[in-house]
Amino acid sequence: MNAATNTAASNASSEAAYYTHAYLDEQTKRMIRRAILKAIAIPGYQVPFGSREMPVPYGWGTGGIQVTAALIGPRDVYKCIDQGADDTTNAVSIRKFFATVADVETTESTADATIIQSRHRIPELPLREGQIMVLQVPQPEPLRGLESRETETRAMHAYEEYGLQYVSLYENISAFGRIAGGAGYPVLVDERYLMSPSPIPKFDNPKMHLSPALLLFGAGREKRIYAVPPYTRVRSLDFEDYPFEVQKWTQACALCASHESYLDEVILDDSGNRMFICSDTDHCATRRADGHHGSMSDFSLEDAEQSRTGGERP
Amino acid sequence: MAYVAVKGGERAIDNAHALLSEARRGDASVPEIEVAQIREQMSLAVDRVMAEGSCYDPDLAALAIKQARGDIPEAIFLVRAYRTTLPRFGFSEPVESGNMGVRRRVSAAFKDIPGGQILGPTFDYTHRLLDFRLAAGDQSARAAARIADEPTPDTLPTIASVFAHEGLLEVDAPRNAHAEPFDLTRDPMAFPADRDQRLQALARGDEGFLLSLAYSSQRGWGSTHPLCGEIRVGEVAVSFSPDELDFPIEIAELTMTECIMLSGFASMDGAAPQYTRGYGLTFGHCERKAMSMAIVDRALRVREFGEEVSAPCQDEEFVLYHSDNVEASGFVQHLKLPHYVDFQADLQFLRKLRQEYFDAQREAELGAHKEAAE
Amino acid sequence: MTSAILDLSRMKPAFADPTSESQFIFRKLLDAMSQPGTLHDLSAAPTPPPGVSRAAAAVILTLSDQDASLWLDPALRGGEAETWFRFHCGASLVTDPAAAAFAVICHDLASADLRIFNQGDAKYPDCATTVIVETPALEGGAAITLSGPGIQSTATVAPAALDAAFWRQRAEIVSKFQFGVDLFITAGDRLFAMPRTTRVNLQGV
Repeated sequence: MNAATNTAASNASSEAAYYTHAYLDEQTKRMIRRAILKAIAIPGYQVPFGSREMPVPYGWGTGGIQVTAALIGPRDVYKCIDQGADDTTNAVSIRKFFATVADVETTESTADATIIQSRHRIPELPLREGQIMVLQVPQPEPLRGLESRETETRAMHAYEEYGLQYVSLYENISAFGRIAGGAGYPVLVDERYLMSPSPIPKFDNPKMHLSPALLLFGAGREKRIYAVPPYTRVRSLDFEDYPFEVQKWTQACALCASHESYLDEVILDDSGNRMFICSDTDHCATRRADGHHGSMSDFSLEDAEQSRTGGERP
Repeated sequence: MAYVAVKGGERAIDNAHALLSEARRGDASVPEIEVAQIREQMSLAVDRVMAEGSCYDPDLAALAIKQARGDIPEAIFLVRAYRTTLPRFGFSEPVESGNMGVRRRVSAAFKDIPGGQILGPTFDYTHRLLDFRLAAGDQSARAAARIADEPTPDTLPTIASVFAHEGLLEVDAPRNAHAEPFDLTRDPMAFPADRDQRLQALARGDEGFLLSLAYSSQRGWGSTHPLCGEIRVGEVAVSFSPDELDFPIEIAELTMTECIMLSGFASMDGAAPQYTRGYGLTFGHCERKAMSMAIVDRALRVREFGEEVSAPCQDEEFVLYHSDNVEASGFVQHLKLPHYVDFQADLQFLRKLRQEYFDAQREAELGAHKEAAE
Repeated sequence: MTSAILDLSRMKPAFADPTSESQFIFRKLLDAMSQPGTLHDLSAAPTPPPGVSRAAAAVILTLSDQDASLWLDPALRGGEAETWFRFHCGASLVTDPAAAAFAVICHDLASADLRIFNQGDAKYPDCATTVIVETPALEGGAAITLSGPGIQSTATVAPAALDAAFWRQRAEIVSKFQFGVDLFITAGDRLFAMPRTTRVNLQGV
């Protein structure tokens, strides 16, 4: 045990040298790889796996990180986004982790990436065959909000008893006149397993249907991996008279004028002024590079901040 | 690009880490604390970190406490994350607590038991008055303990063996010591949980969570009528049988705390009524934890005794899924991460609902005006 | 089985660099499983002992270990291949096919019985066996048309030595989805996969 301490101390300056490639040991990777293959063979079914404790907290993408670590190799180009953006702190942190422990090429370009790890979004650019989307999942069980016991929900999946889910959607309609739930909207995969798509907005649900790319879902804390293989039917639950609908905005992106992308709302001041911008930063930057300009494309938040505070940063 | 500034980025993270490092050090004119000082003088914190970190290494635990600025769950997390990277050679022989080199041992069941009551180092009968001599560094605060006239026996029979000849206490079902025990660090939780899985989860579980559950049980929320059969603290040997050898070799000596709670009577499989028991075992000196664990262990055995699950402490899924503070802390605190996308989805929905509400109200008002006009 | 002494003197090497080679092969297997019926070349995998194809050996080396038991066709038992798998994967070999995470069948495929393998549990269908079916060639047999998840419209394969009876038996097993077995069909350096979701049109057979 002292030897272990010394090893850790003598390598303190070089984390990459101390830890194995992609952080996980080979036996752990094999275990995760077996789980991934079974997940693909049973689309939408949550495969339990021996999730390891990772050097980032549960809730910060430990499932996605383990899935990526089991996949990633020298031929990959890795992209990591959080809320659609490459430069959110947690995305930066995870990207840096893989750049260090897997020595992999990273990118912000959706088109160039072979593995895209994401929290809460599927990119706007349609994914292509050969790409792998790895989604971080906080709660893999779509029925958990309706039934807190794992023993019960596992039986519901086993016997395809999804009545409870439909009842809940129906109750929504009675209460709100429509199906509530803007993110993490439940889907039926290949007409068999009910699946949580992770907290992506329902705006992104249709992107999963018959996607040419492989979609993998990793829930570290809950110790589950599941998958949607390419070209697999993914149906968002609805009723004939209350069909599934995605979010729409009356505004266009203030930076790139996109009418088709999912928008983030940015509060500009205390008097109710706001702008809407693409949540997918790569999509927005690519459009602007292609010459698209939104109503506030010259706008800089930093400038706005400075004029408000008289040039002094708070 | 302005937009990067809003969304944070690498520079922000680097700076946050630098600030953290400064905050950890505190006032630089005060001497820096050494890991060895934490190990020796914060030993109960070290013990808790080893117990819930599932890794027996006082130096690593002390380092984790230093690095975590004294935040114990954070230190536990550091030790866990390090532990994951260690190779697993196998599993040890069961520890024989009857052979413990006892430093402290108390039974609430009998006035005296073979080997006697040994108070040892305990807060139990201290008067909780802040000792300002410690603040002043006054050496008189350091009392030297008197050496006993007789040495403590090398081994002290456990309460279980005291009961054995009368058969008053249930005997643990004999189990094949060579059967591989369940390992939560390698396999996900599964239900119904066997005892090995349950005890491992409780041993790694958060002390505060288990304490509250045990307390709730005592207050009647799933009472088990506990009585402290014995709590003992001391050193035990750990042995390991490598595949190449057909005999065990001693690999370490660990400090451990063991607690046996005597609980309500039961007739097991039609036999004469006996005391049932709950069991607690931790790395290091963690009495509060070992006692809480023993109460919760017994409470979770409801199914075995054909009792009804009526309280949280008896509910296996509830207790085992929520006892791990590394999982719990991560998930609660992940709410700090950006949720713009889901928030925007909610916001849109809420705005639509409000719009409809106001539209309906306006229509109703118009209708009322119209009626009044007619 | 695992306690027998291994003769290491003539042991053939496996992965020279386990980390990078197993990652490379796993990605091929991942592609294969996510696009059923597409052929994948595993000529980069280590040369196995006689009796087993490079592709089949690659699957086992990459995925099997002491936590994922292996069942070998009686034709492979006690031979060099078994010793090689035991040594390089630490594979725990089982004789009960229903206890196997992975299995290799290579002999008498016409009468092979897939029902002996683990078909999964209603609540845990992932515990079903992954069966490696060693064939003489991936081409030249009766053509079958595949559809289902992972396949955009249809895919056609024609592995040798697998006849209509084999496919009918498989169809019967996987018709009770979520139960079923998942297949890697191997020959020489190449393989394709057929998870239990793949539907087979037997019209050509």
